[in-house]
Amino acid sequence: MAKRLVILGGGTGGTLLANRLRRRLDEDELHIAVVDRDDRHVYQPGLLFVPFGLADPAEIVRPRRRQLRRGIDFIRQEVESISLDGQRVALGDGSSLEYDVLVVATGSRLAPDETEGLLGPGWNESVFTFYDLDGAAALRDALAQFDGGRLVVDIVDMPIKCPVAPIEFTFLADWYLRERGIRERTTLTLATPLDGCFTKPIASRHLTHLLAEKEIEVAVEFSAGEVDGTGGKLTSFDGREVPFDLLVAVPLHSGAACVDRSPGLGDALGFVPTDPHTLQATAARNVFAIGDATDLPTSKAGSVAHFEGEVLSENVERFLRGRDLVSRFDGHANCFVETGFHKALLIDFDYEHEPMPGRFGPLPLLRESRVNHLAKLAFQSVYWHALLPARPLPLPTRRVAA
Amino acid sequence: MSTVTVPVDAEGFLLHSSDWTPELATEIARENGIDELTERRWLVINFMRDRYLSTGTAPTIRSLGKESGVPVKELYELFPKGPAKLAAKIGGIPKPKGCI
Repeated sequence: MAKRLVILGGGTGGTLLANRLRRRLDEDELHIAVVDRDDRHVYQPGLLFVPFGLADPAEIVRPRRRQLRRGIDFIRQEVESISLDGQRVALGDGSSLEYDVLVVATGSRLAPDETEGLLGPGWNESVFTFYDLDGAAALRDALAQFDGGRLVVDIVDMPIKCPVAPIEFTFLADWYLRERGIRERTTLTLATPLDGCFTKPIASRHLTHLLAEKEIEVAVEFSAGEVDGTGGKLTSFDGREVPFDLLVAVPLHSGAACVDRSPGLGDALGFVPTDPHTLQATAARNVFAIGDATDLPTSKAGSVAHFEGEVLSENVERFLRGRDLVSRFDGHANCFVETGFHKALLIDFDYEHEPMPGRFGPLPLLRESRVNHLAKLAFQSVYWHALLPARPLPLPTRRVAA
Repeated sequence: MSTVTVPVDAEGFLLHSSDWTPELATEIARENGIDELTERRWLVINFMRDRYLSTGTAPTIRSLGKESGVPVKELYELFPKGPAKLAAKIGGIPKPKGCI
């Protein structure tokens, strides 16, 4: 009889894992079900471009169901909770799904309500986020009306999805405001809880240099405690104030609510404690996690989910056949960093190695170039047509030695 | 009062958490501008230390706020500037690594 694999979440990680496993194993060996509460798969790297009118919200959304190969069930339901002992997932309509193997691919959830005042007066008027589709579209309209003043980008706290995105936002804002001729009457500030603009020291130095070149101020070790939307004031827990006319906040991130509702599965923030090399959850032997849902010390990014998918598809198969798991995931991440003016740089790193200069296939690392920008734009097509359906990618998969 | 010498890193974090004693904590606190280790401060320090010794990583400020029972705002009152960093230093454990 076929074993039953249930994958919670039809985003990047869940979709590419389902498709990889469908290619590896026949339907009479493994039944695969993907559960998600809606049928809208957002190409999240596209969110960065929406506020600047460089991407249309409709262009970056496709049905989740259509990204899944033939022979995969798509179940459109809210996940209520997971019973690890019962090996059962309770769904929103009262029904339940039994599994032999479970993969948690529920991503992360924005938690703006956890920051005092963030959702208060001024939300979506002078205080925005571009981390979801509606927010990005509202910010686009506000930026179009913006006529100069103090534009502040704030990372409330880590972890966040795509940790380079807030920096990219400031680079693109610099470009956008210069194009509109209002850059000289705008101050651009990036406020971050980190002690530099990025988590990795070498890349942080390169990016800090670029920020200075573009006259973007950086407030480091700024841990945002309170937002006053009507007064236009951001206050840190240690009492420092940053005034703004327009605030672009990257809210706190938590794991999915269904993880919180499942005893023993998640940590205090709702992320799933996961073995960093096998991707097995610590909660149970037949539970695994992929993508933003894990607690792993690597970036929450699509590239990470992709590299994890290579290891996890093998490990799910090994688990089903009673073989030892491979401990091969190394934390590999790579990210294009859009720097404005049709250029981008590329960074590549893992658990052990910081981003270094060098090359990744044809692309220069840690150096601004037009080819990286073109690659970033071309990536959207690669995402839908190769990465999600688990076809070979036109890039190396192993981290390259610098 | 006796004097002990223990190895620390460039930022003053103990190199070996086993060198730590409550007396040393009081001393490190004083060097960092905290005159008295009140009950609330001890609660945070002990929580940080227990968590580090059992899991190998120190909690971040946000999970500290969620799990220790001391809200983030109060953490900043107890340990001005960087609560997680300062409580780790006083508790004799390595500097918490920021998330990535």
